[in-house]
Amino acid sequence: MASAPQPLASEDVALAVRDLTVSLPAGMERAHAVENVSFELKRGQILCIIGESGSGKSVTANAIMGLLPKSIRVSSGAIRLQGMDLVGLSPESLRDLRGRVVSMIFQDPLSALNPLMTVGAQIEEVMAAHRMGTPKSRRSRAIELLTEVGLPDPPLMYHQYPFRLSGGQRQRVMIAMALALEPAILIADEPTTALDVTTQAQILQLIRDIQRRKGMSVMFITHDFGVVAEIADSVVVMEKGHCVEQGSAEQVLKSPSHLYTRRLIAAVPHLTGKDRVPAEAAAAASILKVECLVKTYRSGSALFGRRRIVPAVNGVSFDLSPGRTLGVVGESGSGKSSLGRLLIKLLDSDSGSILFEGRDVARLSEAEFRPVRPKIQMIFQDPFASLNPRSTVGQILTVGPIAHGVPHKAACEQARELLAHVGLDAGTFDRYPHEFSGGQRQRIGIARALMFKPKLLIADEAVSALDVSIQAQILKLLDQIQRETGVSMIFITHDLRVASQICDEIAVMHRGQIVEHGPPSQIFLNPKSAYTRELVAAIPGEQQSSAGAVGSQSTLAGHSHK
Amino acid sequence: MSGFLLNRLSQSIVLLVIVSIIGFTVLNLMPGGPLAQFGLDPGMTQKDVERLATQLGLNRPLWIQYLDWAWRLLQGDWGHSFRDGSSVLAVIGRHLLATLLLMGTSTALAIAVGTWIGIRGATHRYSLFDYCATIGAMVALSVPTFWFGLIGIYIFTLKLGWVPAGNMYTIGDGSVLDYLHHLILPSLVLSLVHVAIWSRYMRTATLDALSQDFVKTARAKGVSERRILLKHVVGNALLPMITLAGMQLPSILTGALVTETVFTWPGMGRLFLDSLGYSDYPVVMGLLIFSAILVVLGNLIADIVIATVDPRIRLG
Repeated sequence: MASAPQPLASEDVALAVRDLTVSLPAGMERAHAVENVSFELKRGQILCIIGESGSGKSVTANAIMGLLPKSIRVSSGAIRLQGMDLVGLSPESLRDLRGRVVSMIFQDPLSALNPLMTVGAQIEEVMAAHRMGTPKSRRSRAIELLTEVGLPDPPLMYHQYPFRLSGGQRQRVMIAMALALEPAILIADEPTTALDVTTQAQILQLIRDIQRRKGMSVMFITHDFGVVAEIADSVVVMEKGHCVEQGSAEQVLKSPSHLYTRRLIAAVPHLTGKDRVPAEAAAAASILKVECLVKTYRSGSALFGRRRIVPAVNGVSFDLSPGRTLGVVGESGSGKSSLGRLLIKLLDSDSGSILFEGRDVARLSEAEFRPVRPKIQMIFQDPFASLNPRSTVGQILTVGPIAHGVPHKAACEQARELLAHVGLDAGTFDRYPHEFSGGQRQRIGIARALMFKPKLLIADEAVSALDVSIQAQILKLLDQIQRETGVSMIFITHDLRVASQICDEIAVMHRGQIVEHGPPSQIFLNPKSAYTRELVAAIPGEQQSSAGAVGSQSTLAGHSHK
Repeated sequence: MSGFLLNRLSQSIVLLVIVSIIGFTVLNLMPGGPLAQFGLDPGMTQKDVERLATQLGLNRPLWIQYLDWAWRLLQGDWGHSFRDGSSVLAVIGRHLLATLLLMGTSTALAIAVGTWIGIRGATHRYSLFDYCATIGAMVALSVPTFWFGLIGIYIFTLKLGWVPAGNMYTIGDGSVLDYLHHLILPSLVLSLVHVAIWSRYMRTATLDALSQDFVKTARAKGVSERRILLKHVVGNALLPMITLAGMQLPSILTGALVTETVFTWPGMGRLFLDSLGYSDYPVVMGLLIFSAILVVLGNLIADIVIATVDPRIRLG
């Protein structure tokens, strides 16, 4: 190690990272994944590491765990834990520390558990790997842990396979697994990013409770300042592999000194109770009128076997005026995405009507609906999966219009114009999707949807996969486009903060039904239904600002829409 | 599970009916018809041939012939060989064991070796071993089997004299050792291609499993690399391989046309070729239905095995 001898970590420091530099293989966009990063995790505290994707926060966590891929190496610096330097420790000693002294939980609880092993077996594996206990004692400990993380019916849960559990339950299992050997340090790598707001709130609560009860030290990685406000004792802000600011949570949140921190905080969508000011007065006729729409999923064969019936959309009705945005919010499984697919007729509805420009399209055949298709366009959630990797951006944009009879040259011209319009440079046309970042790809997705000059845009979780600062830009772009073109929008999201930014009206969905429908001011400040209240209360980082003062919109006004 | 089985079974029956109709039609489209060879026999007059055709019911309309054949099949009567008059099932039975011995050995060998090469290739990706395995697999796949067979005979029989050139046993010997001695070369040659295919699939499946998040979870738990590989990676990687194994089942029992011919192995593959040469329609149809049943059965067994080992399907 090149670094000079460091002062021994004091008693109350659980983990100290000193001048950590991790090199990337040659030919990457930068030489170091992280460079000269130093921070301390104090005993019994929660340290949040925040930054956008590519800031090096996960690399730092993996370096501590000794889980870096072979091509990435710690080139200098020290990671001190219990008087040891983890850098340069043998793989076997690192393995011995993992799970016993330092545990880690990950972002995606759906894929982080082995689908072929029961929950109990996976928890016991931690203890078996460190030769702790007997099969019998491990079993009772596993059940004890399942109880501790608040899972229902632990003896039954012990025998369950992961696929039977919801995302939140799986994350609880991950936490149980991480706690099995009472580690001194828990590293949580975006553990709530893939979860619904209400589940997120519960998991955050659980982590905080356990941390307090056990006096554990937690290193919590996130990109969401709302989450930071919720649980952090101290904060490290990372940008492009550098630590740009650190301090106590209060200090960083209230008076951020670095420009990047300020930008990140400003980008966090805040719940605005303010209603949006529409571009023009609403036209009398609605562009979309949905009445009693029903879709029920049936699985299993009709002749043999069990049938499973899931009412996904159950009697949904609403109206949408031209140039307005309707937000559809709800947790996963609420039927909001099914609703989006029904409206664009990617799914056929069972009953009810969809009046688009006064004409019921619900019962139209595919051939009859085809001329209407260009007028209803969709923006998808995953900007990585929704663009064909083997087509150039130009091809992606023009293939639809050309199929609908637009001459090739005109389509290309329009595509170039639109790309410029959504903020991409001229060279974009001939490049491939993989050359772009997530935010840029979502811009391409928006340009693609606009190629048809649609009357109605359906955005299904269009910003959910993006970093907060990019989210803000895309929301701004959508708003600008709506003001220019007068397109109507249905904005499907699980994030109420985002919905509050862009929607004129919001419909809250729960189990296939709209439980509340109204302007943001009503939904967020004066919710009528208990379910909406629950959703609003679960939003991270809003307690201090909104719950305390229902009427105090002045604190939020800076982030409100217009 | 029983619902699933019933469902699959009814699909399979429809499939078998379609396959048999197509097979029956195509076979009868062959120029000359089943009795063409007798026309060249100077000992048979045109009248004799016609009498034979009436006797065998070959002058009836094709669809009646088919229904008659199918009805007898359902009753367990697969018909009789034109060649020697013995029942088709008996003819198949005579050749089945030989094929089972050869194909069983080579498939077991191929799966064992292929799995090992695949896993090692994935865990040591881009190593010298991996490159050699890749190139070896490409060679084994692109060179025809009969060439390997002939080269094998040339080297190990003609030059070195280690193994016999063909046949299943030495007439008059027939001990277990003698059978094994005859088995070595053909089963090795036959397994070459299967090792190549199996190892490629296994490598991909292992790489896929290695990149899964739960492998990272296991590492974070402090589980040893060895156990991660055995418990987490291989278990998940083998799942897609079960389907592949199910598709191999028919070929285990219907034999290898080329290899059996090169090594004069008295198995099902050679039976098929010979029966075609003799226009032995009942045996050819019998073999066709037999392999169709095996295909259906192989897929069914694979599905059942997957359903048993994968809780997502078993309980979902």
